[in-house]
Amino acid sequence: MSPQSPSPDPALPRSARFAAPLRRAAAWPLFWPLLTLALLLAGNGLFNPGFLSLRWQDGHLYGNLVDIANRAAPLAVVSLGMTLVIAVRGLDISVGAVLAICATVAAWVVVRAGGGDAAPGLLPLGLGILAALAVALACGAWNATLVLKAGMQPIVATLVLMVAGRGIAQLVSGGQIITVYYPPYAFLGGGFLFGLPFPVYVVAGLFLGLYLATERTALGLFVRSIGHNPQAAHVAGVRARAITAAAYVFCAFCAGVAGLLVSSNVSSADANNAGLMLELDAILAVCLGGTALTGGRFSLAGSVLGALIIQTLTSTIYAAGVPPQVNLVVKAALVFAVMLLQSAEFRGEVRRRLARGAGAGA
Amino acid sequence: MPALVLEAQGLGKRYGATVALDDAGLRLRAGEVHALMGQNGAGKSTLIKLLTGVERSDGGRIVLDGRDIAPATPLEAQREGISTVYQEVNLCPNLSVAENICAGRYPRRRWGGIDWTRARAEARTLLRELNLDIDVDLPLASYPVAVQQMVAIARALGVSAKVLILDEPTSSLDEGEVRELFRVMRRLRERGMAILFVTHFLDQVYAICDRITVLRNGRNVGEFAAAELPPPALVAAMVGREVELAGAHGAAAAAGDAPALVEAEGIGARGKLHPVDLRLHAGEVLGLGGLLGSGRTELARLLFGLDRIEVGRLRIDGADVDLRHPADAVRRGLALCPEERKTEGIVAELSVRENVVLALQARTGWRRCLPRARQESLARHFVELLGIKTADIETPVGALSGGNQQKVVLARWLATEPRLLVLDEPTRGIDIAAKQEIMGEVVKLARGGMAVLFISAEIDELTRLCDRIAVMRERRKAGELPGDADGARVLAMIAGH
Repeated sequence: MSPQSPSPDPALPRSARFAAPLRRAAAWPLFWPLLTLALLLAGNGLFNPGFLSLRWQDGHLYGNLVDIANRAAPLAVVSLGMTLVIAVRGLDISVGAVLAICATVAAWVVVRAGGGDAAPGLLPLGLGILAALAVALACGAWNATLVLKAGMQPIVATLVLMVAGRGIAQLVSGGQIITVYYPPYAFLGGGFLFGLPFPVYVVAGLFLGLYLATERTALGLFVRSIGHNPQAAHVAGVRARAITAAAYVFCAFCAGVAGLLVSSNVSSADANNAGLMLELDAILAVCLGGTALTGGRFSLAGSVLGALIIQTLTSTIYAAGVPPQVNLVVKAALVFAVMLLQSAEFRGEVRRRLARGAGAGA
Repeated sequence: MPALVLEAQGLGKRYGATVALDDAGLRLRAGEVHALMGQNGAGKSTLIKLLTGVERSDGGRIVLDGRDIAPATPLEAQREGISTVYQEVNLCPNLSVAENICAGRYPRRRWGGIDWTRARAEARTLLRELNLDIDVDLPLASYPVAVQQMVAIARALGVSAKVLILDEPTSSLDEGEVRELFRVMRRLRERGMAILFVTHFLDQVYAICDRITVLRNGRNVGEFAAAELPPPALVAAMVGREVELAGAHGAAAAAGDAPALVEAEGIGARGKLHPVDLRLHAGEVLGLGGLLGSGRTELARLLFGLDRIEVGRLRIDGADVDLRHPADAVRRGLALCPEERKTEGIVAELSVRENVVLALQARTGWRRCLPRARQESLARHFVELLGIKTADIETPVGALSGGNQQKVVLARWLATEPRLLVLDEPTRGIDIAAKQEIMGEVVKLARGGMAVLFISAEIDELTRLCDRIAVMRERRKAGELPGDADGARVLAMIAGH
């Protein structure tokens, strides 16, 4: 063997050269969510060649990808809020109900403010948005009060509003679905800007704002220290309670924004069905994105990816023409597969078995 | 002399590199109350864990009634006749009293069902022996802690224990409840039971115990008759005399008549601390001695705004202050290295850098984030200054050893350049080298004008470091001594004689 050749086996260095960057990439927190999303999209593209195509028509970009981003927007917005709450060891299961309240309030105010008149101007739109977001903030303050002042378990505290919220929304709507005939309102959830759906900009804006708030200020450090060890953070002088309260308020605010998007998209507000089960999808999205449910470690980008994964799943099922009655079962199976792929324990087990199999074969 | 019931010899236990117990022993006789004394980390809990089968011993033997036993689980120990009542009542609060007493050994009916009538009757009989007549069908949680403790004892009696171990049963009881517990203990003693009693309250030891075994650093210091070991001697045996370290004691820099930096006038909180007066000057090291539970930590918590001051006044720089939150104290230049390093000190998952900047960043506020370069230079500075052994400043603090974690907490507070640094048992559970480095740094800082409140149970540390020593006893301030006071005087004051 000559000293020039570093290894006798030429296959080994190639695989090693390949394995090291791969391992480094796998350690990157966003690797698995990204891989999951890519696999889902690739699978769709494989079985349905038109799935990934985009086309430009009438100054708008059309295609399944745009559609997924657009439809995922409400969930992505709620997931961003949920990420912060979970990061400070909380949980908010009232987001679906808060979304319904805000959607109803917005529609109600728009209609009352003359949104149906001949020339309404933009005033009804402004009033509707303001009212919905104000109500959202109040809902968040209520949740924060129950958790922090009354000392209730987060899941129980927010359960109160989850149950009561739809009742409140029905009170506002008078038990009817409120329909809005007012073009400016429809723009929020259905309009296009520079060729892309407007909700995509809302998600991007919220994400960017939140990213800057957690990375360019000390909030990120505080949130993580509270999530990992709230007592130590308290002793170090971090205003743990104020920050936790702010997380709940912000989460409800996000639900309010999502409510605007949802009701605007269908130009109506359904107190019973708007945002139904959204809380579970949001928690799932946060989980998929790599945020620890025990608090501390969080990823905003991961949560947006999680929302995109969930919407891709739904779109896949529709695109594949799965009959509606087995739709949920198929979705459950896909979610299960995605969660397995994301589980470090499961991956370790698979790797061990593969290694054992290879060892036995050799 | 009554017969030996239990004899343990040469018990040892190590956890990784830490030796928790190293050749310890215990002899219990029938019909005696035996105190097990020692400081935190002396090995009391480990010894009890070995006796009760929670942990297996690395060596040595346990002889019960002349027979070697090696309990592998608490249930086995219980079957052998060793029952334990822990400090935290570890029963099930949502189950009924009867269920709690009989759990694990329910009287059975013929077909395997539980005979509830007999279970209730048994529970009532056992409780009556303790002079307790309560409804055994109510959930345990509906009774006060003292009653829950009695239920735990009744449960222990139910397995017809020969040895009853009471691990700090009195720490959550008031005086009347303690008297009642003692009455029960005396009755059990008359019935020939051997009781091992663990407590931090010296007066209780002398009120009830016949003999005392003292542990220090995982070894037996000795076994004494309570009547022959006066309290100061007991404290000396517990605390021990270490080899003299390099004397850091400088000339007392603070002048007594200089204006005080912090002045506490009768501060106290109900159930935590009786009113205490305390004055602290810039540049002095004030020692705060006393046993665990004497009110040392409680005083520190009041000074730092972790608990609310209910009576009295606290002045900083001569102005009345109301500390509602540690952040208020931090803003005024106070700092506290808490006693519980793991739960209140470090954030194990965050990096050394993040842990070091946390308090400074909290004081600066969330809007003004310290630039990354400044965070790194701060972390590097303190890693070097305190000799923190870490691979990198981005290593999670949880990966560091205990002494280095403690140094990181110290660094966090030094980074805020505090005017008063409160150190609550800063050297507990860390090795002697790290101990000396930390203390040396503290003294240097004090000479630079910082005030230090140094809380320690170790007399030697106090007399070596401090300009003045205040002693706490039974949640009051027992008195103050000059820093060059003889160790024996400090001991006497801690023991209350």
